[in-house]
Formats: sequence, structure tokens, C-alpha cells
Amino acid sequence: MDDPHGRRMGAAIHEVTAANARRGARSSLAWAPFLTVGALLLPIAAGFLGTLLPAFGYLPALGGAHFNLSPWRALVAYPGFATSVVTTLCIGIATSLLAVAVAVGFCAFASGRPRVARWLGARGGWLSPLLSTPHSAIAIGFAFLVAPSGWIARGVSPWLTGWTLPPDIATVGDATGWTLVLGLLLKEVPFLVLMIIVALHQVPVERSLAIARSLGYRRSHAWLKVVLPQIHPQLRLPIYAVIAFSLSVVDVALILGPANPPTLSVLAVRWFTDADIQSYFPAAAGAILQTLLVISVIALWFGAERCAAWAGRNWIARGDRRGLLAPAAGFAAALACGMFALAALATIAMGIWSFAAQWRFPDAWPQAWSLATWSRHLPELLAPFVNTMAIGVCATAIALVLVAACLENESRRHVRAGNAALWTLYVPLLIPQVAFLFGAQVLLVRLDFDGTFAAVVWAHLVFVLPYLFLVLAEPWRALDPRFARTAAGLGASRTRAFFRVKLPILSRPIAAACAIAFAVSVGQYLATLFAGNGRVPTLTTEAVTLAAGADRRVIGIYAFAQSTLPLLAYVAAAGLPAILFRNRRGITT
Amino acid sequence: MTRRVLIIAALAAACLPWTALAQDLPWSEVVARARGETVNWNAWAGDDKTNAFIAWVAGEVRGRFGITLNHVKLKDTSEAVTRVVAEKAAGRLAGGTVDLIWLNGPNFLALKEQGLLYGPFAQRLPNFRYVDTVHKRSTVVDFTIPVDGFAAPWRMAQLVFVYDGARVRSPPTSMSGMLEWAKKNPGRLTHPQVRNFLGATFLKQALLELAPNAVVLQQPATDGNFSAATAPMWAWYDALRPNLWRQGRQFPENGPAQRQLLNDGEVDFLVSFNPAEAAVSVRAGLLPDSVRTLVFARGTIGNTSFVAIPFNAANKESAMVVADFLLEPATQAYAQDIEHLGSVTVLDVERLPAADRRRFAELSGLPAMPRDTQLGTMLLEPHPSWMTRMAAEWERRYTR
Repeated sequence: MDDPHGRRMGAAIHEVTAANARRGARSSLAWAPFLTVGALLLPIAAGFLGTLLPAFGYLPALGGAHFNLSPWRALVAYPGFATSVVTTLCIGIATSLLAVAVAVGFCAFASGRPRVARWLGARGGWLSPLLSTPHSAIAIGFAFLVAPSGWIARGVSPWLTGWTLPPDIATVGDATGWTLVLGLLLKEVPFLVLMIIVALHQVPVERSLAIARSLGYRRSHAWLKVVLPQIHPQLRLPIYAVIAFSLSVVDVALILGPANPPTLSVLAVRWFTDADIQSYFPAAAGAILQTLLVISVIALWFGAERCAAWAGRNWIARGDRRGLLAPAAGFAAALACGMFALAALATIAMGIWSFAAQWRFPDAWPQAWSLATWSRHLPELLAPFVNTMAIGVCATAIALVLVAACLENESRRHVRAGNAALWTLYVPLLIPQVAFLFGAQVLLVRLDFDGTFAAVVWAHLVFVLPYLFLVLAEPWRALDPRFARTAAGLGASRTRAFFRVKLPILSRPIAAACAIAFAVSVGQYLATLFAGNGRVPTLTTEAVTLAAGADRRVIGIYAFAQSTLPLLAYVAAAGLPAILFRNRRGITT
Repeated sequence: MTRRVLIIAALAAACLPWTALAQDLPWSEVVARARGETVNWNAWAGDDKTNAFIAWVAGEVRGRFGITLNHVKLKDTSEAVTRVVAEKAAGRLAGGTVDLIWLNGPNFLALKEQGLLYGPFAQRLPNFRYVDTVHKRSTVVDFTIPVDGFAAPWRMAQLVFVYDGARVRSPPTSMSGMLEWAKKNPGRLTHPQVRNFLGATFLKQALLELAPNAVVLQQPATDGNFSAATAPMWAWYDALRPNLWRQGRQFPENGPAQRQLLNDGEVDFLVSFNPAEAAVSVRAGLLPDSVRTLVFARGTIGNTSFVAIPFNAANKESAMVVADFLLEPATQAYAQDIEHLGSVTVLDVERLPAADRRRFAELSGLPAMPRDTQLGTMLLEPHPSWMTRMAAEWERRYTR
């Protein structure tokens, strides 16, 4: 039967939306993308320039009036410079390769195994605790796990190893940096797994797998040959972010990495904070070299990707149905599970330390327990705790407003941020922090803005914003536009439709994105240190400072608090939408 | 170089009005002005007990003087020096963010040389009159550099070795003896990395023992005198290094990291600047009961910890009040108590009023606290340039 009314209704709704779209062209939210990009790029550009000029000898305030190459000569002449560069490259490349291999292998293994999939959940599920724990907290615990006198050695001594004294072998701080690689993997693998899960939502996984399996491919095989090529474009930027991070990380390298010589970014930080101000010049050169290393390795990776894609196409076209892929994926999955377990143990170990009275080698458990450390240090934990909370909440809130405005602007104007915008968002994750934070600090001092709470929030925003956008963009864009149209058809203004319809429907993904953003803020070390000029202590800056050698029971308290806070945010994110909108049905997106 | 001189001259000119202003104030006026101010005390925060002590000071000065003391926690004291230098570079000649720095040696020299310190102020502190400037010369001459009142002393430091008496029966009593011991017990001795003051002091102690003519160390190190004076020390270290923990390829970051290694049983010695290290650490559960303190027969290096005020500090009056509070006999006695810091006082206890003397007398009754006589001779620090050059030379020789 004809339904003229329905059609007329449809036409009316179409009218309204079209009008909205026209109005959208002069949308009140048009400022949002510019402000967002400005908040991200301006400080980075200014900071980078503030590093680039001194790298070539120009910094009048310190007597560098002319451009010259002496900073580079000083950098190259430093004893151990070559070793430092080679170690940095090896650590960065090894970490990236292993992280990608293990994460991909794990996902290939997990595909078509409903129990593992359920375990992982839609947005990482039980990965959340690992994702939320700051790098430095895991690194601190991991350092205790793998030390020759650490928990693992204590667990098997002396009954198995015969060690009554710890063996004199290098683990933490080993010159090859293998502990640093492993420590980084504990965080990078869960991150990539999450990125793969997110990417999987955008391709027809089940259909692809079903067809491939009907052609006689085994599960992991089918996933690697049919699904992986489809999601690879979405994984490219996250992988580049992992490369950049592994090459230029500072806090984890301070805790786990080699020290004599250290990795390049640690060397740069050491010089930036040296008592001899003239060290600022080689430090800037080191930071610029660090940037070049990141760019080169990413370029190298890009080339290797091309070769791998070419070889992969041939390999897929050959239609080989046997091979060692399935066991390899199984092995990778086992490695991944081992890493998840290590990360969990690392966190637990520091929790135990905070309750230990005495715990000496080779005892597997503390000889005596006590609440004394907690009661003694709880008062001084308060200020960093409050700072961490306040900075995290402010940075997340500002980022959420900006991102929501950008995304709402997109959907009103029926446009979608292109590739360039995506790359812009990734800039803070791709450029080494050392390359712009120091220049930015000089800028902040000049503006008389350093060491303020606002400066730290703003520095965190640079790193919080990209993550929030990346996590929130997909669910936001996937939201059925007919919800907004229906609301408009019922006479609601766009603002009302936004607050009464879209936000509640999206409350779950928004809460989840905020939890991730908050966790990112909690984990910031270098950004807090330099924007805060050392005067805005957070749990992370305190923990990294203490990690250099203070009482392990006290470090335990900070590492424990550092890991718990983001976890609480995750729990809140999981529970809050359901409580806030308990009178609505089906808010599950 | 001339440029640097110009900058310093300009800075000195800029400081003059300030100097004159605070200089003329009577002390009661300084205390009155300090009320309600905040002091950002930049202090190395790697040691839990010192952090607790600073937190205690914060509580005291808030109650007594209405001063908010904020411990800016540093991984390395040079961070604070960099901050002051960065502020100078940015043209911030007043209203600086660093009010008080715990420092000595090269960091003090760097700031004093560049005219980045406020002062002289130490002699204006009422409690400075009790400071022992005769027997504890390092309270007025820091690493051969006259302090000239640009910093106020607050704790004494003397190099001691803490060892595990359960594993080391007859400890060596000289740096040469250390080498022999390490050869017999490879992998059981280490020192903090040489950029750390304790690591550098380990080398300086050897330098003082082994240098052909130790008098030269009281002058600045030059290209001319450096290699001759340090050659025997390097020969000693070349022999020692392969026998160190991790074959001398890795070193603990600082003193507390080394203490953790001793507690974990990875090494048998630790180097400390606090004669009460063993007593305090046992009490705090950081070391086993079996640890003992060792001082060398011919004495060990000693120095003094100071607090200094940057030229552009925003809160100079309250910083001075805190510096004076640190010198108060009651504070010094609190700090010397092994329940707290266990650090030796900078004061001449004999000259104190009877009531204050008693505070110290009660403390020295504790058997774990070594008496002055047990500590032996305190050897004077070489000029800071030796430390800087030795650290650079060490990196040149052993960083590959």
C-alpha cells in the first residue's frame, strides 16, 4: 500500500536535515577544528623551533649569537655517542618489530576463538588494566621482577638455583637494552592489540573469514591472509607511534635502559638538565638527531611495508594452505599472554612491596608485613594525588569538549576529517618529546607561564587530545544520523538533540575514551616535569624520581597509586553511563 | 667569554637594589616579611629520610613563621641550577621560581661564579653564630671555594663505608686495600656512577690517597697538573674495575640505589656521606642488622651541605628564615637523631647554651652513632674542577 503520509514525513525530515546542512556550512562549531589543531600544533612548532635553533648554535640568551655546527661536533665527540645511537636504533627497531609480530600473531590466534574474543571484549575488556597503567609504573615493577635479586630469582632460589646470593649477571640496565625492549613490549603489545580490535570493527571480519575458511584455510591462516591486509591501513599510524615511542622514550629508559652510555633521548635529557649551561647546545643537537632517527626508521618501515605487501600478495595468491603460520601465531599468542602476566606481576609486586616491612633475597615473600610505610607516606601522597587527579580531569575535560565539537561539526557539515587531519593528530605521538618540550619550556619561562597548573594541563592536552580523538571518532561517526534527524523532526534544536539524544547514546564510548585520556594524562612524565618546571609534582614524576634508588617500599606506594588511579577511572567509565542513564534502554554502543 | 662577563655585570647591577634592601632590614623585620610567603626549596629527593626531614621542617616553619615550605623534588641538584640559569636566559631578574637550593661543590661554584646567588646572607642569620667555623672548616670553605656568606651550612657529611659484617670479616682500611679485597671477592664491590657526587667522591678519596702531591688538589685542576696528579689513581682504577659488580660496566644511579643493592645482597659495601647511615638504615628496615660502619685509618673526605638563595628568588626573606631555622640547635639536634636523619651537626656543640647542649648529649648516648673520635680525620675536598674533570675523564676512558 502506498503511504503518502510516511513519504511526506520523510520528505519533511529531509527538508529539515538539508536546511540543517546548509546552516551547518556556517556552523557555530566551525572554530572547533582550528582551535584543536592550533592547541596541538602551535606549542609543538614553537617548541621544536626552540630546539632546532640551539642545535645549530643559535641561542642569544646563552651567548650563541651565530649559527654554527659546534653543538653537533660536541655531540659526536661525546664518548659513547656511536654506541648510544646504535643502541637506540636497535632497541627501537627490535621493540617495534616484536610488538607488531606478537600483537598480530595474538589476534590471528584469537580470531574465531569465541572464548578469547569474549575475554577481550568489544574495547579491550581485560586489557584495560594493562592499557591504563602508566609505562613507568610497569617499568618499576618489571625492574624488580627481572633483577638478579628480583622476584623471579627469589621464587626459584635457593631450592632450584642454589643461589644464596644473587648472581652477578646484568639484567636491568644491561648494555644491550634487552630489559628495556621487554619492558616496552609489556605496554606496546596491549596497545597494538587494542588498535587491531578497533580496526576490526570497520571491516567485514566474519564474512571474510567464513569465505576463506570455506576455501580450506585454517583460522589463523585465514585471518592473516584476508583480514590483516584489510585492517593494515588503519594500523599504520599506531605502528608509527609505537616506533617513535620506542626510539625516544625517556622515563622507561631511565628505569630499565643502559646508562653508560644511555639511549640518545636520555642523553639529551641529561644534558638539558646539566649544571653546565653550555650543554644545552649538544642537548638540542641530540634532540634533533633523535627526531631524524625517528623519521628515518619510519621511512625504513614504510619501505619495508611496501616490500612486505608485494611479497605478501604473491604469497596470498599462491594459495598455500600449509606452512608454519598457525603454530607461529600460537607461539606469538603464548608470548603475548606471558607478557600480560609479567605486566600484571610487575604491578602486583610493587603493591606487595608497599606492605612489606622487610623483604630480602632469597625470600619469595616479605619476612614481615607492615602498614607503617603507608601510614607514614599517606600525607605526602596527598598533594601529588590531588595534582594528578586535577590535571587529568582538566586535560580530559578540555580535550573532550574540543573533540566533541570537532566531531559534531563534522557530522553537521557532513564532512569527514581527511588523512591530513589524522596525521596532524598523530604529530605529538610521532615527534620525540625531547625535541619540543625543552624549547617549549624556554617559551613558557619567557611568557612567565612555567610551573603553573595551567601550563601542565596544556602540555598534557597535547598528548591527551590525540588519544581521545582516535578512540572516540569511530563510534561517533558510526552513530546512525537518523537519531539526530528524528529529534530534529520532533522539533528539537540541534543543541537539544546533541545533549538529549546523541550524548546519552554515546555515553559509553565517551566514558571509555575519557578513561583512556585520563590514563594518558596520569602517565605523562617529561611533559609534567618541563611544563611544571618541577613544581607540579604528580604520582608519575614522584615515582620516576624515587625509582632512581629510594626505598622500594616507598616506590611501591607511588607505583601502586599510579596504577590504581587510572584503573578506577576505567571502572567508573564502565559503570557511570549505566547509572546516569538507568532510565533509558539499550545504551550499549 | 666577554659576553658572559657582560651578562654577569648586568646581572650584578640588577641585583644591587635587592641586596641593599634586604641587607638593611633588621632580622625581626625579615621574619615579619616572611610571614605568609611560600618557599620553593629545590632539594635532591632520592633519599626518603631526607624527604621526611624536609616535610617535618615544612610543618615547623608553617606553625612558627607562617611560611609555606614547598619541597621541589629533584632527581639531581643540577636541575635547580639549570632552572636558575634558564630564568636568567629568559630575562627573569626578579620573581624567580627557586627560593632555596640544597647544594655544595660544583653546583655552588657554578652559581657563585656566575653571580647567580643572593647574598651574602649567612652571617645575618641569628643562629649562624653557633656554627663551628674552626674545626669544621668546610662550613665556610666549600671544596676550597670561600663561601663568603652566599650559602648557609645545615649538615655535615663525611665519607664512610657501610659493609655487611656477616659476609665481610676483615674490611680493608684504605683504597689500596679495597683493590686487594675486590680481587679476592670479585663482583661484590661497586660505587655510584661518577656523575653522582658519591661516585665522584669514591674516586676523589682514591685520588687523595694516591696522588703524588695532594697539595696540588687544593688548586684548580688544569691541563698541566691533571694527568700527573691523577695517573696513579687511574692505574689503581684500571686494576679495580674488572673486579667490580657487573665487571664495572654498570653502576648504581646514586647512594640509595647502592643501599638497595646491599640490602638485596648484590654487593657487600656501600659508600655514604652520612656517618650514621648504617644505624639509621637498620632502624628504618633498609639494611640488615649485620651492617657495620667503616672509616679509613688515614681519614676520609668530608664536606658540608649548604642552602643558597638564587639572585632572583621571589621569596628571599622567608628563604632566609628557613635557612636560619635549619641552623637552630633544636633543629640540628633533631636532624642528628638517628630516628630522623642522623646527620652530624654543623654547630659547635661546646658553645651552645646548656639546655641545647643537653639535647645533643642525650643523642650521643646511642651506641650506633659513631663519635667524632671514631670518624678519624676529615680530609678536605679538592677544588670542584677536579671532580668535573675526573667525571669527564672517566667517561672518556670507560664509556664505549
